Amino acid sequence: MVLLTLLAIVTLAIVRQRSLFGVVVLTIIYSFLMASVLIVLDAVDVAMTEASVGAGVSTVLLLATLHLIKTTEMRPVRTQLLPMFVVLGTGTVLVWGTLVLPPFGIADTPIHKHVAPRYLADSIKETNVPNVVTAVLADYRGYDTLGETTVIFTAGIGVMLLLRGARRRGRADSEKEPL
Amino acid sequence: MSLDLILRVGTKLILPFVLLFALYVQFHGDFGPGGGFQAGVITAGMVILLAITFGLDAAQRIAPPVVVQRMVPLGVLIYAGTGVAGLLMGRNYLDYSVLSHDPAHGHELGIFLVEAGVLITVAGTMTAVFYAFVERGR
Repeated sequence: MVLLTLLAIVTLAIVRQRSLFGVVVLTIIYSFLMASVLIVLDAVDVAMTEASVGAGVSTVLLLATLHLIKTTEMRPVRTQLLPMFVVLGTGTVLVWGTLVLPPFGIADTPIHKHVAPRYLADSIKETNVPNVVTAVLADYRGYDTLGETTVIFTAGIGVMLLLRGARRRGRADSEKEPL
Repeated sequence: MSLDLILRVGTKLILPFVLLFALYVQFHGDFGPGGGFQAGVITAGMVILLAITFGLDAAQRIAPPVVVQRMVPLGVLIYAGTGVAGLLMGRNYLDYSVLSHDPAHGHELGIFLVEAGVLITVAGTMTAVFYAFVERGR
């Protein structure tokens, strides 16, 4: 509860903050709070990813982006009524959706009755891997992880093409200008 | 130059341990939290830390851009190739049972290969994207 309150406070601070450098620093705090929440939920693998990706690499990339662009956010040019309405509507629908979810921590919900017991019981016998999370990610759900790896591959190629392609064009332009 | 002496010495001291921790996360992922994705990010983090403290050239001496860019597709190929091995031996795609005589050992080996593929792609992509940003900013 304390962590969730802190998350809400940091989110409000991010929304209020107009200096993008401040926003980046606040998102680091947000990521570490999120990692703490995930540890409380016993999802250490996800917490580790959140701490290393959310607070580590994405911060570096955001700062690198700030190095390329201006560091203050522009004042909004249009009225904010429609976005406000959309956000409030989506929030209401999401809260309404959580009302019919089973209470947190209940063992006999459909998601715990489907394949999870089989994974917990047989994964050590079938894969020799004690960490069920690794067994599920890399073996039982191998297709999904292959897809994720391909997504990272595609994203990396896309960023490299964008940044390097633009640089080459910029150089060609500056070479033309003196003539 | 003299002001960042502590930073430079400190970075030099922790760099090997960061890499060691990445390898621990990679190879201990079977037993505890972690795996290829986290280990790849930590490996990239080591290169980024080196680049921030000692400059891009020092980082690119250790992790040359050519190697890093080759790593991006190599990992996906290792992952997909592990799946193709199952196809060639007459089983389903990504069925690791065929990799060893004992199916359980085959699965263990398959998970190891697949995680290695994820490590290579993630570490390569993160480092390459960082290089692209920094070179753009010059």
